Amino acid sequence: MSVRVRVPTPLRKFTQGSDEVDVNGDTVLAMLEDLEQKHPGIKERIMDESGKVRRFVNVYVNGDDIRFLQNVDTALKDGDSISIVPAIAGGL
Amino acid sequence: MRLTPEQVERYSRQIMIPDVGGGGQIRLRQASVLVVGAGGLGSPAAFYLAAAGIGRLGIVDGDAVDLSNLQRQILHTTADRGRRKVESARSRLLELNAEVDVEVHAVRLTEENAAELMEPYDFIIDGSDNFDTKFLVNDIAVSLGKPYSHAGIVRLQGQTMTVVPPESACYRCLFEEPPAPGEVLGCQQAGILGAVAGTIGSIQATEAVKYVVGLEDHLLVNRLLTYDAKTMEIRNVPVPPNPRCKACGAGAPASQRSHA
Repeated sequence: MSVRVRVPTPLRKFTQGSDEVDVNGDTVLAMLEDLEQKHPGIKERIMDESGKVRRFVNVYVNGDDIRFLQNVDTALKDGDSISIVPAIAGGL
Repeated sequence: MRLTPEQVERYSRQIMIPDVGGGGQIRLRQASVLVVGAGGLGSPAAFYLAAAGIGRLGIVDGDAVDLSNLQRQILHTTADRGRRKVESARSRLLELNAEVDVEVHAVRLTEENAAELMEPYDFIIDGSDNFDTKFLVNDIAVSLGKPYSHAGIVRLQGQTMTVVPPESACYRCLFEEPPAPGEVLGCQQAGILGAVAGTIGSIQATEAVKYVVGLEDHLLVNRLLTYDAKTMEIRNVPVPPNPRCKACGAGAPASQRSHA
């Protein structure tokens, strides 16, 4: 399965500045593992040591939050579009 | 309540807008908004709300003006260095529009004072600069049933969403817990472009005005607007209410549950 991942600005340092990258995987977890293979260091910014998506990061498959699907086991199909949205703290 | 001829002239360019009108202007006059933080987000938000003729405007901020604030915190000027931000904010807002009742609270928003400070206002604008305060504003707003605008900014990015309890998703429906301190960089460590703060703070003021004048069915609810000034991309990410949310869902105290 080839899917397209939209990379948020803070993670583009792992993708040589690209805002979109193509990766493979039939689930969100497999996709994240392939993403890590191709762009080392990016996965730990998205998932914690126990393999869960960090609580201040959300992952969307075609606009749907994976927390309301099957989380990292959510199945992917060819051409799916993945978005990663981290929380932003600043304000003052 | 009637508008004086001078008020009609002052606010004429927004009274002309069919969605505002004279009725909307009177509602603005009768409304109150609390701005948490007189900084990068709170400055433009409070400035536009005062300009628009909001009746009562509260400002909460415990800090003093520093030279490094002035690149973005447009309520304060060079001469205000060292002055309490709420005082400098009050001066500037009253210079702009003396009709506004400006109430200042020279304190930091805490778990102890948040409910008491937020309760007397119709709408809250969160312009705070840290996750603890952002989650606190959310949780208190949900418990009080108070609509509010959330926002975060860093470098060339911003995100914002409006929360209208009990119907809409809240910030905790989107992000369940704050990250550990230092895990995500704030403006102090990572920087922020002043105009980006201005863009997002202006959206927050727009949402408050829309809520007050009767456009409450068109608010930025159940979605997060993300703005990337580098690529000039603006997106809306859907944020459905989370039935298990600790603030407003099954994980919340019974009196606060709305999406369980």
